[in-house]
Amino acid sequence: MPMDEIALDHHDDAHDHKPGFFRRWFLSTNHKDIGTLYLIFSLFAGIVGYTLSGLIRWELAEPGIGPMLWIVEHFQGVQGDAAITHAKHFYNTVITYHGLIMIFFMVMPALIGGFGNWMVPLMIGAPDMAFPRMNNISFWLTVAGFVLACISMTVPGNSAGNGFGGGWVLYPPLSSTTGHPGPAMDLLILSLHTAGIASILGAINFIVTILNMRAPGMTMHKMPLFAWGVLVTAVLLLLSLPVLAGALTMLLTDRNFGSQFFNPAGGGDPVMFQHLFWFFGHPEVYIMILPAFGIVSHIVSTFSKKPIFGYLGMAYAMVSIGVIGFVVWAHHMYTVGMNVDLKAYFIAATMVIAVPTGIKIFSWIATMWGGSIDFKVPMLWAIGFIFLFTVGGVTGVVLANAGIDHALHDTYYVVAHFHYVLSLGAVFGLFAGWYYWFEKMFGIKYNGMIGGLHFWLMFVGSNVLFFPQHFLGLQGMPRRYIDYADGFHTWHLVSSFGYAITLAATLVFFIGLAEAMIRRRKGVANPWGEGATTLEWTLPSPPPFHQYNELPHVTNKGGH
Amino acid sequence: MRHFFAALCASILAAPAFAATPVDGALGFQPAATRIAERIHFFHDDYVMWIITAITIFVSLLLVWVMVRYNRKANPVSRKFSHNSLIEVIWTVVPALILVAIAGLSFPNLYYQDVVPNLEKIQTESAALLADGKSAEYERYTKNYFPDAAAKGFVNVKAQGNQWNWTYSYPDIVDADGFALEFVSNGIHKGTAADPADSDVRPRNLAVDYPMVIPAGRYVRYYTAAADVIHSWTVPAFGVKTDAVPGRLNEGWFLVDEPGVYYGQCSELCGVDHAYMPIEVRVVPQDQFDAWAQLMLAGDYDAAAASVRTMAALEPSTQLAANH
Repeated sequence: MPMDEIALDHHDDAHDHKPGFFRRWFLSTNHKDIGTLYLIFSLFAGIVGYTLSGLIRWELAEPGIGPMLWIVEHFQGVQGDAAITHAKHFYNTVITYHGLIMIFFMVMPALIGGFGNWMVPLMIGAPDMAFPRMNNISFWLTVAGFVLACISMTVPGNSAGNGFGGGWVLYPPLSSTTGHPGPAMDLLILSLHTAGIASILGAINFIVTILNMRAPGMTMHKMPLFAWGVLVTAVLLLLSLPVLAGALTMLLTDRNFGSQFFNPAGGGDPVMFQHLFWFFGHPEVYIMILPAFGIVSHIVSTFSKKPIFGYLGMAYAMVSIGVIGFVVWAHHMYTVGMNVDLKAYFIAATMVIAVPTGIKIFSWIATMWGGSIDFKVPMLWAIGFIFLFTVGGVTGVVLANAGIDHALHDTYYVVAHFHYVLSLGAVFGLFAGWYYWFEKMFGIKYNGMIGGLHFWLMFVGSNVLFFPQHFLGLQGMPRRYIDYADGFHTWHLVSSFGYAITLAATLVFFIGLAEAMIRRRKGVANPWGEGATTLEWTLPSPPPFHQYNELPHVTNKGGH
Repeated sequence: MRHFFAALCASILAAPAFAATPVDGALGFQPAATRIAERIHFFHDDYVMWIITAITIFVSLLLVWVMVRYNRKANPVSRKFSHNSLIEVIWTVVPALILVAIAGLSFPNLYYQDVVPNLEKIQTESAALLADGKSAEYERYTKNYFPDAAAKGFVNVKAQGNQWNWTYSYPDIVDADGFALEFVSNGIHKGTAADPADSDVRPRNLAVDYPMVIPAGRYVRYYTAAADVIHSWTVPAFGVKTDAVPGRLNEGWFLVDEPGVYYGQCSELCGVDHAYMPIEVRVVPQDQFDAWAQLMLAGDYDAAAASVRTMAALEPSTQLAANH
């Protein structure tokens, strides 16, 4: 676009040349539109995943088999003892798809696809992503993967009903034809393949964009920490997802073409699948949390009106978390019958991750130290994140010790731990980013009172929901149980009560969203003031359809 | 909710009730029945738990402090520093040292529970300590290693996971034809209306028809295997958990001194009835064990089960109270 046109186009986004509705939203190559699509998609997938978790907590509020039986009898038309069997299988499918949907179709699309697409080009001063058309493919493949997962829920899994009920880890032989001969597992494999291809393409896009398209003067060491977080995440995706894809393909050929990779009768080994899965699965947990680390860093800095403390340490803490994250996978497998020396190695390697994580926690606090803190809604979520991630982090140190993990493996202690770092960590980071960039992305203001109420309800609710699960796990409550011994009742009931509070929080979230959309209070370029120093705040809210037609020059160190 | 506060108060105020079943409202581990579990509990309750609680409180206090001292009203103008090499070195080195301190206890614990002990070595080492007159060291040694039990050798038992029950076999207990004792242990609850209601005697989702039986005070070497999908054999009070993987024979060990009934539940998702394949281990005196084994070999499973069920009438707390 020639220079004289830029001057005309830049002063008001209404004069942007936007394509028509179909071309804009279905054939989109614009990073901001694709980011919005990702956010809408993950909002939708999040509702599905959150509803499934509601079914779990509803069932577990009381011992015995209750709501699942009711659902099976009323919606699947099965009666008698067969209904009980179907209800048990249905519960297993609910926990499975809850995990898969939340990970692959809610957290990842929101943090990486949504905020990553929206903010990485804005923050590094790039006009768009490096490969805009590939960006479009990434999004729609993610949608296709989600659709395949949803179809998988509705086709036969095994004789006990529809869907795959073997947990998100997909361990064979339960996921091979031994445990699930039906097409549900095959569709799930295709779903994850599709979502995986989408993520690999997205990762390539982010890596190329961040390495090549930073504005003049923005060296890697001046790059905003969110871009660092997404860069490390993208590298983890690029290196770990092909391993998952390999394992899934081997599973697919085991199921359909007679290969014996994971079948001991044919010389295969089910534990090999676990090694391959967790070689992907452990980096995956950092894939979910590193972008949130970046978001929290910006929010803490913005609302303390101080530059990030120890910027280089923060960036390289993320890099080292990513590197070490690749060599700790078997701490998920302490009970499979590994050699004791191997367990000792994985203890040591796992505990090392606590050091860079500690650096991040302390650096956030040091950023606040000496600041002039404004407790706006995003800051509430960020401080909540720091506290909750600390709790989830220290229980991770407990579980790293194979000696203790032998007692706690596959109990609710593990469930509590990973929900503290993901459901409370990654999701709090997600909401922090939502409230931080809402005005920037959509050009309207939300109601701060409603946002604050959302935070407090969510903070209280999710703690009531997940903290008692530590007690359950210590007492020996195993994971993935539709029904439990009577001695586990009280804390399960409290936990379900906590879910009800988060349900209220979620309603408040949607009320806040609706309120902002109805009132349409016009947003300003920088609502946060002097603390907001990254490049996206130099643009109007919402930013023009195409930004940085003239690239910004970064001269000072204010970029982070 | 009506039980909640009562249970919470009871679990905080009362000394931990010693029971082999999960206790409603409890906050910590089930009471330890083996040295393995005692060491896990010490390592967790009296060591790591203090460290992580201190760290969490420390971080929380820092957060509260910065929120109080450095909010917009208390500190209208922010300072601009962004580096302090000394503090950065401290918060890298100190956590590393804490981790080294945790590892210092973690590794001995791991090797203790994970390596099946060499019974001959235990006998010779303990005898050597006694012969040298090192009674204090002998005391310490026999906290973890049990020469009397070692002299009697291992009791071997294999737990094979099936969808959805356990097959227990005792390779050393053979009948006249040389066949080893082997039987299937089914949970008696299936989540259906036909489930028995006497859950005070046979705890719901924990009790089985024919339990695994173990002599008290003996080294037990157990093996796990699986017939179909992966299962996991565990007894929380013993502090052991070993996956049962098709195509593999995993092993572990434990030694229980106190007769009693101990429950566990399958701990690797194995399909529809994953929640309904419990593990019941009855630890009985050696003579009772031998009598049980003979009845089982004779095929009289019900008489055998009755012979080890005499304890069932007792409250769990009295069954095991003698241990403390």
